[in-house]
Amino acid sequence: MTPFRYMRATDAASAVLKGGAAGARYLGGGTNLVDLMRENIETPESLVDVTGLPGGIDELPGGGLRIGAAVRNTALAEHRAVRLRYPMLARAILAGASGQIRNMATVGGNILQRTRCSYFYDEAGSRCNKRHPGEGCDAVGGFNRNHAILGASSACVAVHPSDMCVALAALDAVVHLRGNGGERRLAFTALHRLPGELPDVDTMLQPGELITAVEIPPMPFAARSTYRKVRDRSSYAFALVSVAAALDVEGGQVRDVRIALGGVAHKPWRAERAEALLRGGPLSATSFAAAAEAELASAQALSGNGFKIDLARRTLVAVLEDLSGEIA
Amino acid sequence: MTIVVNGAALDAPHDARVSLLDFLRETCGLSGTKKGCDQGACGACTVLADGERILSCLSLAVQYEGRSITTIEGLGQPGRLHPLQQAFVEHDGFQCGYCTPGQICSAVGMAAEIARGVPSHVTVDLGGEDILLSHEELRERMSGNLCRCGAYNGIVEAIAETYGAETLAEAAE
Amino acid sequence: MSIASDAKQALQGAVQGVMAKAVALAPDSWIPGGEPDPLIRERYGHIGKPLSRIDGPLKVAGRATFAAEFPLEDMVYASLVFSTIAKGRIAAMDTSHAETAPGVVAVMDHRNAPRLAPPPVFMSAPKAANGDNLPIMQESEVNWNGEPVAVVLAETQEQADHAASLVRVTFEAAPALTSLDEAREQGTKPALFMGQPLHDERGDAEAALAAAEVKVDALYTTPRHNHNAIELHGVTVAWQGDVLRIHDASQLVAHTAWSIGQMFDMPEDKVIVTSPFVGGGFGGKCLWQHQVLAALAAKLCSRPVRLVLSREGVYRVVGGRSPTEQRVALGADREGHLKALVHTGVTVKTASNAMPEPFILPTRSAYASETLKLDVQVVELDMLANTFMRAPGESVGTFALESAMDELAEALNIDPVELRIRNEPEKDPSSGLPFSSRHIVEAWRTGAARFGWDRRDPRPGLRREGEWLVGMGCATGTYPYYRMGGGAARITLMQDGQAVVDIAAHEMGMGTATAQTQVAAERLGLPIEAVRFNYGDSTLPGVVLAGGSQQTAAIGASVGAAHRELVKQLLKLAGNDSPLAGLKPDDVISRDQGLCKADETARHESYASILSRAQQPSVSVEAEGPPPLETMHWSMHSHAAMFCEVRVNTVTGEPRVSRFLGSFDCGRILNPKTATSQFRGGIIMGLGLALMEEAQFDERKGRVMNPSLSEYHVPVHMDVPEIDVIWTDIPDPHAPMGARGIGEIGITGTAAAVANAVYNATGKRVRDLPLTLDKLL
Repeated sequence: MTPFRYMRATDAASAVLKGGAAGARYLGGGTNLVDLMRENIETPESLVDVTGLPGGIDELPGGGLRIGAAVRNTALAEHRAVRLRYPMLARAILAGASGQIRNMATVGGNILQRTRCSYFYDEAGSRCNKRHPGEGCDAVGGFNRNHAILGASSACVAVHPSDMCVALAALDAVVHLRGNGGERRLAFTALHRLPGELPDVDTMLQPGELITAVEIPPMPFAARSTYRKVRDRSSYAFALVSVAAALDVEGGQVRDVRIALGGVAHKPWRAERAEALLRGGPLSATSFAAAAEAELASAQALSGNGFKIDLARRTLVAVLEDLSGEIA
Repeated sequence: MTIVVNGAALDAPHDARVSLLDFLRETCGLSGTKKGCDQGACGACTVLADGERILSCLSLAVQYEGRSITTIEGLGQPGRLHPLQQAFVEHDGFQCGYCTPGQICSAVGMAAEIARGVPSHVTVDLGGEDILLSHEELRERMSGNLCRCGAYNGIVEAIAETYGAETLAEAAE
Repeated sequence: MSIASDAKQALQGAVQGVMAKAVALAPDSWIPGGEPDPLIRERYGHIGKPLSRIDGPLKVAGRATFAAEFPLEDMVYASLVFSTIAKGRIAAMDTSHAETAPGVVAVMDHRNAPRLAPPPVFMSAPKAANGDNLPIMQESEVNWNGEPVAVVLAETQEQADHAASLVRVTFEAAPALTSLDEAREQGTKPALFMGQPLHDERGDAEAALAAAEVKVDALYTTPRHNHNAIELHGVTVAWQGDVLRIHDASQLVAHTAWSIGQMFDMPEDKVIVTSPFVGGGFGGKCLWQHQVLAALAAKLCSRPVRLVLSREGVYRVVGGRSPTEQRVALGADREGHLKALVHTGVTVKTASNAMPEPFILPTRSAYASETLKLDVQVVELDMLANTFMRAPGESVGTFALESAMDELAEALNIDPVELRIRNEPEKDPSSGLPFSSRHIVEAWRTGAARFGWDRRDPRPGLRREGEWLVGMGCATGTYPYYRMGGGAARITLMQDGQAVVDIAAHEMGMGTATAQTQVAAERLGLPIEAVRFNYGDSTLPGVVLAGGSQQTAAIGASVGAAHRELVKQLLKLAGNDSPLAGLKPDDVISRDQGLCKADETARHESYASILSRAQQPSVSVEAEGPPPLETMHWSMHSHAAMFCEVRVNTVTGEPRVSRFLGSFDCGRILNPKTATSQFRGGIIMGLGLALMEEAQFDERKGRVMNPSLSEYHVPVHMDVPEIDVIWTDIPDPHAPMGARGIGEIGITGTAAAVANAVYNATGKRVRDLPLTLDKLL
């Protein structure tokens, strides 16, 4: 680990002031950043500890929630409003990592965690465009069983590893940002990037910009939502495929729906095609299958991850069937 | 500011790179907290920070200034073991003993989470107030602590015996 | 292995072959174990009691001190730099930035490392321990991707790790052979294991197969595995005058002391290796480069050194299990009697070690087939030397053999349990030796009853619970009884009735210290509290490898021999004024804190009385166990009947084990509490082998790509149901205490039981491990 300066920030303004310096990074629970620093993948000159920033989980008028970026994952998952009104979010968080890590990890840090691609992690021995743009990608043609089937580029086939973010993408969350230029809001689905030709850039954050909060709008039908994660061992493993979904049904018709997929792309994948096909259509196995088919139509397999296309389809259909069964 | 370790206030390291784990093991001489991966993947380094279970390998010691850390040494010692430590011995909840301090600290933290009503991945009713202390719940909640010797059955038995429903109710009070 | 040493191995093998014939034909009474160990008769003493671990309180309180936890005055911390090519040389090395980094004491590489003799590779001499015979940081040559090329020493671990990242190495790559397929095209060669070819033939198995009424013939593959003990390999070393002190995590302290002595040109008694606690071994805690590098570094900087491998470092420096490709072909008549049994295939090793994964071993004594053909071929790759991992051979060999038996059972429409019983041999099918004790049929019957095997529908894919298909499978597990020569022990008996047993054996969690305290107390006729069992120190007597599930037998035979010597000495000291006067050692046993006549227990004198009359504060004896000829006179094996219930998700393919039962026939169980943990632990590692474990070796670079516990999956709590374990508890009359080893058998048969259950659940036959969900979609 390269030497660095450690600073604590107690409010967003002073955090942004410190975090705007060259080579500075914000530090949350450390569960990803400290690991990456130990691997010499991240080499910040200073760390601004933002875990002491104010901001809990606040009710918003109209029924939404505002979640401070420093809120720990456990605190978010156990919050009654989250459990009752946005169960997919509680379930997504609880499907991730371990009890210890959820106690440490913050909402902001979870959002900004980086890929688990093993070639990205092999600083000494492998090529990775995400670490060193332009040097090539060893994951293509290597072990890519866990890699992207949607939205990948020739430069990068990595996936975003978060569970929580899949639910936030489905829930139309909005991210509150603060930088030296002031505050702004960004749709959660617009925060993470597809790799394109710039796989080293994970998000649309400006240099020094800090996530201060995540806002979830009211979505009454999300009380009937869930998160299903498919993985190689029963617990404490990253998703091969995951589905977050909420279904709003009236009279055998789909009035509204939210779907996002995890483990399939460089970002949490909002399944807009599937949603569009389902919305206003019949509540039927056929329409679920058609929606899944449409969403995965553009999927592309690498040498080792072809199974994920079928797995994603099947899991999506099963989740929709579960939700419709629950409603019926 | 200092870090309180098992009740003793200690100066945080000058080198911000020092993990809480290495601080405990190398500076404080508390080698009961174990290093199994140094990457947040095994749970052997689990300690309690203000009663919450965390991974000390992914924690920078400086982050814990002003906080209170309890390690396995702080839970009990031979001759006056914590009830859970004693239950681990009786149920053979370990073989080599290396993951054991982490398993025990994790279980102590987990018991408090259950008492608080924190749900888990296998909790069926997220709206429920009480968590049923099933073996499945224990296994899911303890899955962040690997045991390569495979003492999982004994560990779960030891935890179930120590934190039966009544004990958990007391912990919640 | 050079050609010369291959020839040497073959010659040793031939000599062993001649000797084996002579031993096989000798009368039982000439053979160790010919007279059953008297302890077998003792049914109501310490042996068989579920004693909690005597080191338990230390371990649960975090007070057990492991190798990397001995603080030494003025100690420096080490960090390693690894090669990133599979073969070639170091063209340039710039250590200047590292040397001037804060806290750095020294940087060691091949240019300044103290000189060292070549490492004695395991099995090249009785106490040779190294994983390979390659020079350790002596040359610019690079032999595998991940080989250590520099050691940075600094005042703190943080400083050492950072400085290591500043070392710049320029490699010059040479063509490397890292692909199994390419290597196979260049030709395989016959494998030698412990001097013997891994080849057996009886009759014309291929012809019998072709003519068989019913046959199955399939290929099975298993990937690379790593031990992944949770304790990182760590060592703390110091040169103290002419003595080298090594605090190690070791399953072979005496071997390590000798081997390091050879490399440093020192007598072995000047190398003191201690290892009071080992945080899991499974074959991986032997002698690899890190201990040697730490000793070299300590010599270079004249300060004590602590070297703890990172988790990645463990994968780079410590070998694992090699991949296998196995063909199993079975031919049978309609009644299921085997006419042909073929088990052949290929595995991978390096040119610098002698360890082909011997996957045919379990097949040698498994079934009564009219013909037999077993063969292991090997290719040599440019990679880190592979090594022993829990049940080398049997773990992966039983996957292929026992999957094939299940396939045959289905082809014959015979119950898989019944098919195995129908092919039960009367004597060892390969060696022709009589079995010392074989009660596998009993294990099958009791296991099947307890598991509810009769509720299994043999037609696959029929039992469904919600989204889950449920199935049951079974398989035979087996592991041989081994006892290696060189075991010796010292017993010191004090006048106050306390006894100390000293032996250079190991406790890695198997429960050795606890079970052997029970055995020693039983043998000496003492209460448990009166016996102290010392181990894990190379200065103690004996050369005892904690491997091959042989420690229990090796310690038992050694302590038994020392006890006989003790009885002799005590009878001498007792003299003519004792009730024991005139008795011969063979007439006497230990009981009630003293000696008595075996068939007249009232003729008794206490140790305290004997020693006080002789005015001796204590008596100390040391003796060696007899040479392990019993394994050449009897076929000695443990067996297990493994039963598994799995659930496979119809949506996602996820396989989850919901029930498991192991029914064991391993001789006498010394401590049911610790034995249960051994059996379960083996089974759980077997579940990992079945469902998830694979070290991903990128053949393009010869590099393991998942050197971490987050990407190399081992089972977690949630993967493991309550595992039921039962045993026959029938003593083996020819094994010390009647006990055969139990450390490895649990991992055998388990993967096949899982795969067979998956077939029963889904109708999908998976022949390539690990059995991940993509294979079940």
